[in-house]
Amino acid sequence: MTTTSLTSSRGAGRAGDKVFSGAALAAGCLILAVLFGVALFLVIQAIPAFTAPAADIQGGEGFFAYIWPIVVGTLIAAIIALAIATPVSIGVALFISHFAPRGLASGLGYVIDLLAAIPSVIYGAWGAAFLAPQISPAYGWLAANMGWLPLFHGPASATGKTILTAGIVLSVMVIPIITSLSREIFLQTPKLHEEAALALGATRWEMIKMSVLPFARPGIISAVMLGLGRALGETMAVALVLSSGALTASLIQSGNQTIAAEIALNFPEASGLKVSTLIAAGLVLFVITLAVNMIARWIISRHKEFSGAN
Amino acid sequence: MSKRIDVKDLNVYYGNFLAVEDVSINIEAKSVTAFIGPSGCGKSTFLRTLNRMHEVLPGARVEGEVLLDGDNLYGPGVDPVTVRSQIGMVFQRPNPFPTMSIRDNVLAGVKLNNQKISKGEADALVERSLRGANLWNEVKDRLEKPGSGLSGGQQQRLCIARAIAVEPQVILMDEPCSALDPISTLAVEDLINELKDQYTVVIVTHNMQQAARVSDKTAFFNIAGTGKPGKLIEFAETSTIFNNPSQKATEDYVSGRFG
Repeated sequence: MTTTSLTSSRGAGRAGDKVFSGAALAAGCLILAVLFGVALFLVIQAIPAFTAPAADIQGGEGFFAYIWPIVVGTLIAAIIALAIATPVSIGVALFISHFAPRGLASGLGYVIDLLAAIPSVIYGAWGAAFLAPQISPAYGWLAANMGWLPLFHGPASATGKTILTAGIVLSVMVIPIITSLSREIFLQTPKLHEEAALALGATRWEMIKMSVLPFARPGIISAVMLGLGRALGETMAVALVLSSGALTASLIQSGNQTIAAEIALNFPEASGLKVSTLIAAGLVLFVITLAVNMIARWIISRHKEFSGAN
Repeated sequence: MSKRIDVKDLNVYYGNFLAVEDVSINIEAKSVTAFIGPSGCGKSTFLRTLNRMHEVLPGARVEGEVLLDGDNLYGPGVDPVTVRSQIGMVFQRPNPFPTMSIRDNVLAGVKLNNQKISKGEADALVERSLRGANLWNEVKDRLEKPGSGLSGGQQQRLCIARAIAVEPQVILMDEPCSALDPISTLAVEDLINELKDQYTVVIVTHNMQQAARVSDKTAFFNIAGTGKPGKLIEFAETSTIFNNPSQKATEDYVSGRFG
């Protein structure tokens, strides 16, 4: 009979544990360090823009006057993109996960994933060369019939290169992200909960409302936030599609600008204080993204008790 | 408010695989009928055909008739959604909706199909259903708390309350106590005894003592071997099945000689 002492441990398993926890810790620290580094760089480089006399900043009225129109422009473009992309994505994801026949579902899922792999410059070129001219007659109609709304105030842009077009292009870029994440989450809905709803006499749509959507809610919010991150930060497509200008309420005139596109268009020729101003704009975008994500976390945590995780 | 079920020559298929072969059985109204048998013998599959829940799995289909007081559940033009609202189901693992409060869980089925219900009626229904499931005293002070915060046995009784809130004709239970401890099991078994005053109850169980305790009639299912279809071997009064079965296989099973 052999006895195993409590103090003798299997050396190999213990070493594996240590390596793994060390690697996980290092990865966690690395991401924090990178984030901190980026923030530090932005702050240090941006300081001159905050301290410089107002007349020296582009536009001559100080940093705040320079930044707020493009902050608003960025938000408008992102809101348009999400307003279009979120319902479409959830619809497509539900179709793939719960309605489509299996063969079609996997094919469609594959195509959606492919959409995410297309470089943004291609989307920009498509938006500028194809979508904008095609859509400009619709803008003319909007200006003629709904021009009383400030959003659709005329005269409509003849080229179609407006913030609305940019928002539509952004939405097409965001749809694959939200769709594939939502689909994965919908597919993970416990069968048990779906059957609970069906056994009560729920139709398929009622089953989705009762069990799938509530279960997926935090995941949908996370997916939308990732999409928002892309919409806020997207540079190339907006730079190509949007004929930028001063802030305007009308979505169908040329004008408005986003932070990312502003930086991309001006950075190559910038020097001195102008560089600081652009980096400060980058810092503002960083803060906006951070704030949006924190709000999203808060929304998710508000319903923790009912998440089913307990 | 309870109906009988008559099954005639029912075959259940998953795709081309015949899972349950040629079952005919008559289930009386206001009685408890237990299905027993070894794992994989098709008793759960057969139970799920009684409210068309097996159709949730792709490729599943049946041949034959299931008559609810004479109306064929599989007749042309019959909507499975309507069938399920009349024949409720309680599952093996408690499955209250995790995102809903206890109160909303009870009302979940009632709120379907856009049925409007006033707050007073809803309150009364919640109390009646929870009392019917012997859960009212334990949860009456926390109706707005999530159902997933209850113990397993309480969750299962919440699921029973949810099922009886829609006032079905029949309640099907698929091994309702297999995930519960003995005390919760006893609570659910007591409840089943009370439910048969108003409902037709059909219960699948692995626990033969449970079948003996709760049921009026017992059906024994068996399977000849892997890949073979499950069959109904014997259906009789519970006391007959356990004390004086007519089939050798039934006797072997209930006396613990196999399975």
